[in-house]
Amino acid sequence: MTAQEICAVENVELSFGRVKALNGVSLSIREAELFAVIGPNGAGKTSIFNVLSGVYRPQKGSVTFGAESILGTKPHRIARRGMARTFQNIELFENLTVVDNLMLGRHHHLNYQWFESIIWWGRTRSSELANRRRVEEIIDFLEIEGYRDLPVGMLPYGIQKRIELGRALAMEPKLLLLDEPVAGMNAEETEDMARFILEIRSELKIPMILVEHDMGLVMDLADRVMAMDFGTPLVTGTPEEVQNHPDVIRAYLGPVSEKTITDVTDEAP
Amino acid sequence: MTTTPVPGSAPHGPRPPRGRPLLRTSYAQHMGLLNTPGKRWSTLVLVIVGFCAPLLFTDDLLQVLTLGLFAAIGAIGLNLVTGYAGQVSLGHAFFIGLGAYTAAVVGGDTDGRLLGLGMPMYIWLPAAGLVTAAAGLLIGPLAVRLRGLYLAIVTLGVVFLGLHIFREASNLTGGPGVGRRAPDVELFGINASVSGGLPGLDWTRDQQLFVVALIFLIIFAVAARNIARSGVGRAFAAIRDRDVAAAVIGVDLAGYKLLAFALSSFYAGICGALYYTVVRVIEPTSFDLLLSVQFLAMVLIGGVSTISGSIMGALFITALGRMAIEIAHYVPFVSTSVTGGGLLNVFQLEGILYGLLIIGFLIAEPRGLYGIWIRVRNYWKGWPFSY
Repeated sequence: MTAQEICAVENVELSFGRVKALNGVSLSIREAELFAVIGPNGAGKTSIFNVLSGVYRPQKGSVTFGAESILGTKPHRIARRGMARTFQNIELFENLTVVDNLMLGRHHHLNYQWFESIIWWGRTRSSELANRRRVEEIIDFLEIEGYRDLPVGMLPYGIQKRIELGRALAMEPKLLLLDEPVAGMNAEETEDMARFILEIRSELKIPMILVEHDMGLVMDLADRVMAMDFGTPLVTGTPEEVQNHPDVIRAYLGPVSEKTITDVTDEAP
Repeated sequence: MTTTPVPGSAPHGPRPPRGRPLLRTSYAQHMGLLNTPGKRWSTLVLVIVGFCAPLLFTDDLLQVLTLGLFAAIGAIGLNLVTGYAGQVSLGHAFFIGLGAYTAAVVGGDTDGRLLGLGMPMYIWLPAAGLVTAAAGLLIGPLAVRLRGLYLAIVTLGVVFLGLHIFREASNLTGGPGVGRRAPDVELFGINASVSGGLPGLDWTRDQQLFVVALIFLIIFAVAARNIARSGVGRAFAAIRDRDVAAAVIGVDLAGYKLLAFALSSFYAGICGALYYTVVRVIEPTSFDLLLSVQFLAMVLIGGVSTISGSIMGALFITALGRMAIEIAHYVPFVSTSVTGGGLLNVFQLEGILYGLLIIGFLIAEPRGLYGIWIRVRNYWKGWPFSY
């Protein structure tokens, strides 16, 4: 792992019984980079996220985050070290308000012990208020002021996706994992989300790994793309390189002749 | 009606500007315990009425209310673990019993038939809480491994284990059918368990214990409310709603589940210790499954994951027996004596009311009495408009 890399996965193998979810996956994220992972359904994209965030423990390989190995570390400890993620299917705390969800994102920034919370005074009060203030900055950034005190479960899907991004941002992460942030969204909501992702990159300078099926979005935003299929990485490179790679086209479109490949790549914008 | 906290410091201090009660100008207002004028006034009125109650009601009614207030402490405890943290526990009766007996042993007479250490209340009350919390910490690891129905069944086992231990350890508990005396409520040289204990006031035992119960409930309810609105309460709710997501954003699942059980058991221990100072005799067979179900009913009927709901539920369920007796006066086929004729006796009627209420609330208003209160409040907020 070189100095400017903040997270590296090397030769990771993850299997469930006989199914190999990940087979020899290696990738590394550089500072302020937007790294995209693409692949057909079941390619193992979300499995990479689950390995990174500590939900799954791979059988082989190494995972390094900020110069330390995080293999076998519990998810909440990895989160404390600065890894934040969103989920493909929204995993918000639906009975809590937007503010409470975002405050939970700041859970490890609270600096009081549990017994201090019995009396809402001193460190508890000042820490809660300071973090509440930071949460308001996120609310402002994501333009969700109108939903502040509403239970998340009542809100529309697109807004929930945005709040989930907010919860991850509230953690002030060193690395942000976005699992299909625009899945199931309409064009307008997708545009909004793309804008937020670009702002996160340009203003907050947080490196991101993006898993997404919306190829237009991936190719427009990503610095580097890794394509994978059946748990195996096919190719890593710039969006153009990956887009035109025959293995990638084969993974998405099935076995095709050389002629079709040139046809397809010619049609690509 | 949504309120808008303005980012930045509070130009008007901790209170909203006059005439604009719902405009927040600081985060402290938004996160306050009583963050609307309505809440402040209603709480004030309730507390004043509460402290006047000993002069307003008869002794037997006060006794029912006192039991309700002490039970509310236990209901708040169960709500912390089951309502907030989502870990269904049927073992609450065991913790109540453990608290009651710890208090009786630590505070009991040294020269009596049973083991007693003769300690004052400021020792036996915390001891009851701490011993029970320690027991909760022992049960807690099960919750780290199990969830939902499986946890409920395992905690159910705890009740039967406890029942067996309470029966057999007769040099501590007095044995079935006999039991042992609960210690007196005596703090700062004032014995509230004896009539006329408050100097200068010619109050009965029931009047004094009611005031004691009210003070203890306020302390424990405010503490629970503070826990619930802090990071701890949010972590509990996160575990209840989505445990994987909670872990991934930095909540220590195992730690908070243990904490939820320990806190809940502490409340149960305090509840058991205080509740039986009113009942006077602690009988080992009373800590059975029915008691656990009663506490679950308090939480369900009162309102899951609300502190005020736990209090409403506890008062309501405790008063149910009394209500059954009152109903029996008007309904001809219910007899008020245990052996007497009629189709039903009052205890059977009470059981039927329980069942009906739990089913009724689950179907019609899952948020419980608290939910009904929210509906009433929202109706009057918008009155005379329907939205």
